[in-house]
Amino acid sequence: MINTDVVIIGAGPTGLFCAHQLGIIGLKCEIIDNLDKIGGQCIELYPDKPIYDIPAIPECTGEQLTNNLIDQIKPFNIKFHLSERVEEIKRQNNKWFIKTSKNTEFISPNIVIAGGVGSFEPRKFSAKVSEKLEDKSILYSIKDKSIFKDKSVAIFGGGDSALDWAIELSKNSNVTLIHRRDEFRGAQSSVNKIKELEKNKQLKIFTQYQMASVKGVDKLDSVEIKHEEGEIKSLKVDYVLGFFGLIMQLGPITNWGLNIDKKTIPVNTENFETNQKGIFAIGDICTYPGKLRLILSGFHEGALAARGCFKYAKPDEKLRFEFSTTSKTVKSRLGIKE
Amino acid sequence: MTKITYIEHSGKSHSIDVSNGLSVMEGAVQNNIPGIDADCGGSMACATCHVYVKEEWFNKIPQKEDGEEDMLDMAFEPKKNSRLSCQIMVTDQLEGLVVNLPEKQV
Repeated sequence: MINTDVVIIGAGPTGLFCAHQLGIIGLKCEIIDNLDKIGGQCIELYPDKPIYDIPAIPECTGEQLTNNLIDQIKPFNIKFHLSERVEEIKRQNNKWFIKTSKNTEFISPNIVIAGGVGSFEPRKFSAKVSEKLEDKSILYSIKDKSIFKDKSVAIFGGGDSALDWAIELSKNSNVTLIHRRDEFRGAQSSVNKIKELEKNKQLKIFTQYQMASVKGVDKLDSVEIKHEEGEIKSLKVDYVLGFFGLIMQLGPITNWGLNIDKKTIPVNTENFETNQKGIFAIGDICTYPGKLRLILSGFHEGALAARGCFKYAKPDEKLRFEFSTTSKTVKSRLGIKE
Repeated sequence: MTKITYIEHSGKSHSIDVSNGLSVMEGAVQNNIPGIDADCGGSMACATCHVYVKEEWFNKIPQKEDGEEDMLDMAFEPKKNSRLSCQIMVTDQLEGLVVNLPEKQV
């Protein structure tokens, strides 16, 4: 069981800066994120795209912003729990008990939800295709590639994951790549590679086709794919892999007794606390009159939520307002020697 | 104001006057039309404001810009007439536009 002052859910820019603000006022925190890396939407959706509206940074990419924030919180040695999703929270002796998908357990007086628009989950085929054989023959990620050896695999998608796995699996499996249009959005070198593999008959490519249905009861037997013009083709396959990127889902957050308004959580603008005592929401996931979904707003919200956490973490102490430029205490927390 | 008609997957139709300068997505969200999620808020990063534009309109509205087709790869059941509604700006020329909403967004 991990004891800490604040558990932050979400390692995007808002969660990271909130961690910084908590460090500045002398509170400990740990950060949980469902993704396998730090940075949230910045790193998952637009690592290379420029951002122009971060105060005092005329231009930076999502990745640069993330790296700078990671640098900024280094002095606080914050522990990250990546690839873990918070599954359960409950009130326990005036604190919150938190449990993740990997059974990591926390006890903390405060939770800060900085969860963006929810946790990232793979986009799936429609339910009628997916439901029966999901996790068995229909997969959205690969844990052990050896299961595909000498098998027939249909890979759907046109981005880097689809192309990279098509190239990799074509070495030992019978691969068919299916994409809804002729252009692939993956890296040009990968596109060239799959075209070459196709020419050498090491894999098959069907474009302008999409998944229509799957056949098979306990085990996948075949898939039917449908051309834009309506023609249907049947492929005998052992596995189907879908790589359609990630989608954000609120997930278990909806079960925590929080008010939810159109996938967002209403908060007060004094300290960004929700209707539950000691649970704060900041960044894209929170809503209040005038809310702007900007990273800079998330920074402000995180700074105030951090102060809101103080009274529950240290009920007998008074929080003094201090500037980082002049305060000896703040400087020592930042590890700066005078 | 420009009249835009949103038809839900169930067939339920909503005709709304949308202010010029908003996107077709914003017109839907501000008027609580179910079926358009717009998770990313209109930054062309999520494909949850996916619509099918009626054939007769598809070639009349401004073409897709770079990136929209890539995002549509991730939409639920994209078709030839698929668009992201956050990328369609409302102008007088769109008076009477009809968009159909997909079965779901994710």
